[in-house]
Amino acid sequence: MGLLSGPEADPAADAGWGHDHDRKGFFTDTSICIGCKACEVACKEWNHNPQDGNLQIMGSSYDNTGSLGANTWRHVAFVEQGKDRIEEARETGRKLVSLGMPSIGPRSGASTPGGRPGEDLSRADTAPPDTPEFRWLMSSDVCKHCTHAGCLDVCPTGALFRTEFGTVVVQEDICNGCGTCVGGCPFGVIERRDDGTVAPKGQRGRVQQDVPNKGTANKCTLCYDRLVEGEEPACAKTCPTTSIKFGDHDDMVESAHERIAQLHEQGMTEARLYGANPEDGVGGTGSVFLLLDEPEVYGLPPDPQVPTKDLPHMYRTAAVAMGGMLAATALAFLGGRR
Amino acid sequence: MTHSSYDEYRQPEPEGGRRKRGGGGKRRRRSPLDGGAGGDGSHEMAMVEDVEFESYYGRPVVKAPPWETPIGIYLFVGGLAGASGLLQAGAALSGNAELRRTARLVAIGAVGVGTPALVIDLGRPERFLHMMRVFKVSSPMSLGTWILSSYATGAGMTAANEVDRMTGERLPLGPLRPLLRLAEGPSAALQGVMGAPLAAYTAVLLGDTAVPTWNAARHGLPYVFVSSASLAAGGMAMALTSRRNAGPARLLAAAGVVGDIVGMHYTKSRMHPLESEPLEEGTPGKLLTWAERLAVAGGIGTLFARRSRTIAVASGLALAGASALTRFGVLHAGHESVKDPRRVMIPQKDRLEKRRAAGITGDSITTGW
Ligand code: SF4
Ligand code: SF4
Ligand code: SF4
Repeated sequence: MGLLSGPEADPAADAGWGHDHDRKGFFTDTSICIGCKACEVACKEWNHNPQDGNLQIMGSSYDNTGSLGANTWRHVAFVEQGKDRIEEARETGRKLVSLGMPSIGPRSGASTPGGRPGEDLSRADTAPPDTPEFRWLMSSDVCKHCTHAGCLDVCPTGALFRTEFGTVVVQEDICNGCGTCVGGCPFGVIERRDDGTVAPKGQRGRVQQDVPNKGTANKCTLCYDRLVEGEEPACAKTCPTTSIKFGDHDDMVESAHERIAQLHEQGMTEARLYGANPEDGVGGTGSVFLLLDEPEVYGLPPDPQVPTKDLPHMYRTAAVAMGGMLAATALAFLGGRR
Repeated sequence: MTHSSYDEYRQPEPEGGRRKRGGGGKRRRRSPLDGGAGGDGSHEMAMVEDVEFESYYGRPVVKAPPWETPIGIYLFVGGLAGASGLLQAGAALSGNAELRRTARLVAIGAVGVGTPALVIDLGRPERFLHMMRVFKVSSPMSLGTWILSSYATGAGMTAANEVDRMTGERLPLGPLRPLLRLAEGPSAALQGVMGAPLAAYTAVLLGDTAVPTWNAARHGLPYVFVSSASLAAGGMAMALTSRRNAGPARLLAAAGVVGDIVGMHYTKSRMHPLESEPLEEGTPGKLLTWAERLAVAGGIGTLFARRSRTIAVASGLALAGASALTRFGVLHAGHESVKDPRRVMIPQKDRLEKRRAAGITGDSITTGW
């Protein structure tokens, strides 16, 4: 039985799998993303995902995809910022460092495979580089494959399941499109594939096309079909800059920590990790990100909590309410005799 | 936004267009209290005026489940059925045959409307039975499916008994009739036991989502939903039962009205102003305002319903209407709340700040090891 919240070392084992596989995950280093969207294309092609809308230009930035959804499992966000905002980002990042974000200084008991073993950076030169006039932020977003996945917890059919790789996948032949998972995801990732969703994308119209798995919930599978063959996911394989790294989750977190230390060493305090903390509201994510500004700038929630974390409390509240209802009915019959 | 000399070549930005909505563009944080909440001092608020708020082109951060009108109907009739289940059990125990019959017929009618509504709203209605593959405590939807199906089993049996009696035992049951009668007691018990859960689980279903208004309402919504169910079932039974036998229904309805109004105010008092705003403004706000008005009117009506059948029918219908409006109001308020990313981001940032101010820093998604 998996847990509802808190750190959980091996979600796949707790879901009933043996220990044959390591948990797989991504480390998306947005500091080297060039916004080419090759991952978006590779994902669409590999998974035969239908077209999203009518190819209209959104006019807000170089991002014309908009957001993750039933037909878009990778989404490259694009943001343009000026000097003021860059400085703000540096400031908020610096604050995070003081709150204990992994950073400069020796890591306690760290044994890092492939370099920088517990290197002490506390005396390194951390004078910030000159702040550029403006910058482009590009970040390839994807399903987080949460340790405590809201979507999976609330699915009533068992269509969503935890794979042996610790990832979260929908079985399209089981899902009946009840839509519960859509509300269960604190990151707004999973969506029901049809044309009647509550939040259609902007004003973009619909097009005639072959739509597989109509009416079922869809999201990134972390290329389950490729993983079982020992292949890496299509998006990571195609990424020309290695911004999307794929591998064992532990290694991903490890290299995320190394990379952030490196960036901080260069004075880029705006860099921060997203999802690398097993104590966070979703027990840490399978897809770890390195961001260069606050999460909300990229459209990521700043304090996501898996809704089921509070489920025991909700059941208790409901039990009290039901007790009140029973008492009211009993009293009504006692008082209504006359 | 940018300051380089190349900016001269840039196309002029449309007035108030791109910049306001746009690209890491700054949104001035309007006071969430524009709607008028918060002055009551019920929220300790870290609200600072003029905090700049970043979002990704103002696009939604979380998604609401694709639950439309059929689910609104189901929330209403599910509650109606649930509380009617309690009424029929009470009436059966206290020997009130007329009230028992009414409650059972209302219940089976409600289940008869609600179950198809649930199925229609599925993306793949033909796979409805896939819900029965698993029993999952972590999924209120799964629990609800089992609650509804066991309730419906009980309700079907009790209603069949009532209909058989009403038609003078003319249902073509043959040798099954004694069996049906034998099953009546256990069925009534099952229907009674499943009644309250049926009325309450939908509140947990909504609370257990990332939709800001529903999730934040989790501390009080179960109270609202069981009360709304009670006033609807009490109201319907009151309207359809003779005045002499409707006493318990009137009392249950009156209690429901009080619980409904108090419960809703309590629910809102536990929410961030940006989360409760959709319950007060726009179409959902209007629905909920009218729900409260109808509930008050119907509640007052219950006090006089003993004297006149006309008043009983009118206030009974008003109460049923109030319950339906409450359900649609809450449903749509949730959908409304995901449209503006501020309703997701700002309450989250505020609670993060609050935890940090209290010295808890290790539990956020951007800190810790
Ligand atoms: S990000 Fe959302 S869809 Fe992906 S595993 Fe987590 S809860 Fe599920
Ligand atoms: S839509 Fe499908 S995957 Fe999502 S909760 Fe319902 S059955 Fe599960
Ligand atoms: S892992 Fe596969 S399914 Fe997921 S985003 Fe990458 S290509 Fe798409």
